[in-house]
Amino acid sequence: MAVEIDDGIDVDEVARRMLSAPLAQAVGFELIAIEAGRVGLRVPWREDLVGDLGREIIAGGVVTALIDQACAMSNISVKKNGGPTLDLRVDYMRGAAPRAGVSCEAHCYHVTRSIAFVRAIAWDADRSDPMATALATFALREPSAA
Amino acid sequence: MSLPAERLQAFLERTPYVRFLGMRAELAGDEMTAILPFDPKLIGNRMADALHGGVLGAFMETTALAQLALSGDLPRLPKTIDVTIEYLKVGRALDTYARADLRKVGRRIANVHVEAWQENRSQPVAALRGHFLLPQE
Repeated sequence: MAVEIDDGIDVDEVARRMLSAPLAQAVGFELIAIEAGRVGLRVPWREDLVGDLGREIIAGGVVTALIDQACAMSNISVKKNGGPTLDLRVDYMRGAAPRAGVSCEAHCYHVTRSIAFVRAIAWDADRSDPMATALATFALREPSAA
Repeated sequence: MSLPAERLQAFLERTPYVRFLGMRAELAGDEMTAILPFDPKLIGNRMADALHGGVLGAFMETTALAQLALSGDLPRLPKTIDVTIEYLKVGRALDTYARADLRKVGRRIANVHVEAWQENRSQPVAALRGHFLLPQE
């Protein structure tokens, strides 16, 4: 299940460009690491990102957005014609700890002519104790439109 | 037993992330329409002027939680077990609407479908199916 990596992709430029998106800036996504096909991102805890006021736990929707962002970046880091998300499935094993930020690692593990397959995990304190796992598929654009 | 409108308002107020997104909701009887007014900070791809996919997912997940919150007196918020998000069209720089359908509310677990649209309800931009763990007394 190797992924053929397009020539001439600068992964640092991919990270800069995609993390400059207004939503990424507004929520505060930060790069942990990027290489072709693998992306680590995190979002620090913040009061306005909480899902339930009394419990100070970061909202599930923030985690979904972080996972979507990391998955899209892992696709664009191997394919210049990486396109929109087709579907995203997230399983939440547990919530984050109160006042904890969330980290996510996405791996684009297989690409066909038209589809990229990505999986991701998210955790708060310890990568070996994930709070969510996810699967995503992306449509690749027609080569002429890339 | 509180009124649905009060339960909905209580849910929206106890969720800071709802305010961050700028989301609100309107109620007609027990039918709720969630509204996500366009805001430039919700853009995920500046070149395509498209809403962030994660924002659409978060909006639909929150719509499902709001519908569950207004449908009954829950001691705490339900917890999301899983969501499957289908992206059907690019979300444009426009207001987005969503409605949730409680397909099954069991004693412990609820199954909810949500559809989001912009200009035309018959052409949804995204859909979500999720399972939610209901709080026990």
